[in-house]
Amino acid sequence: MSLFKARVFVHLRPSVLDPAGEATRSATKRLGIDGVTQLRIGKSIELEIEAVDKEDARSKIELMSDRLLANPVIEDWTLEFKDEQKALKN
Amino acid sequence: MNIGIIVFPGSNCDRDVRWATEGCLGVPTSFLWHETTDLGGFDAIVIPGGFSYGDYLRCGAIARFAPVLNSLISFVDKGGKVLGICNGFQILTELGLLQGALTRNKNLHFICDRANLSIESTKSSWMKNYKKHDSISLPIAHGEGRYQCSPDVLKKLQDDDSVALRYTDNPNGSIHDIAGITNKKGNVLGMMPHPERACDDALGAIDGKSILSTLLS
Repeated sequence: MSLFKARVFVHLRPSVLDPAGEATRSATKRLGIDGVTQLRIGKSIELEIEAVDKEDARSKIELMSDRLLANPVIEDWTLEFKDEQKALKN
Repeated sequence: MNIGIIVFPGSNCDRDVRWATEGCLGVPTSFLWHETTDLGGFDAIVIPGGFSYGDYLRCGAIARFAPVLNSLISFVDKGGKVLGICNGFQILTELGLLQGALTRNKNLHFICDRANLSIESTKSSWMKNYKKHDSISLPIAHGEGRYQCSPDVLKKLQDDDSVALRYTDNPNGSIHDIAGITNKKGNVLGMMPHPERACDDALGAIDGKSILSTLLS
């Protein structure tokens, strides 16, 4: 078994209104920055997972992203592995 | 006749529902801790409002994995009646017993108010005490009540006559003013408004009583 570090980024689907993102975008004007035409807020989930190999880790993370981390009705997600695996003892 | 109310860590309308069903309607009502799996002997189950598991991740996202909800799926398959109110509605959509999702209110406010509603479907027995387009008024209290679904799902809801309640004056940006829906079979109802808070004249409204009384049939 190896330990894999990964990050799942969950974001609202483009068709879903993001009022919190809009409110934040309006604050960029108050900060004095013009020209922000789009600002949408997502969630970054960092995790470590034990798996046989990277493909095993990937399939487990894909399952949890589809079933738990994101709601596919309103959200999409992307996965990236953070760095090389660490071999676990035994 | 027995009603069960599922209680999660963070539920906060469980006692209100019991007060309404037992105190106002006189029906024996029990609390069901979320770790139970036995729903035997219950005629109807209510998932109450609140903030189950702190609503961490998304409203209802963690609650849907509670052991009791596996049993709830078989309960629904057998035709048992299930009412999800507010957070209970959010949990039912996360669980997939109802379609769509509840998202952040358009104006970002937690809205605590009274909402005028229109009865949109009398297909299921939930609204049997009403006629289509009857007006009722119920309290609402939510930050994430903006109902969202894909155009396909919306069409299906309409074709199946599954839109149960609409807001007369949409407070949260819900698609097509939707405040409550049923499943296709009609034995599961999810709604953002709180019928349990409108069951006694002392609280200024009794429109909730008609809806809760249909749990019994």
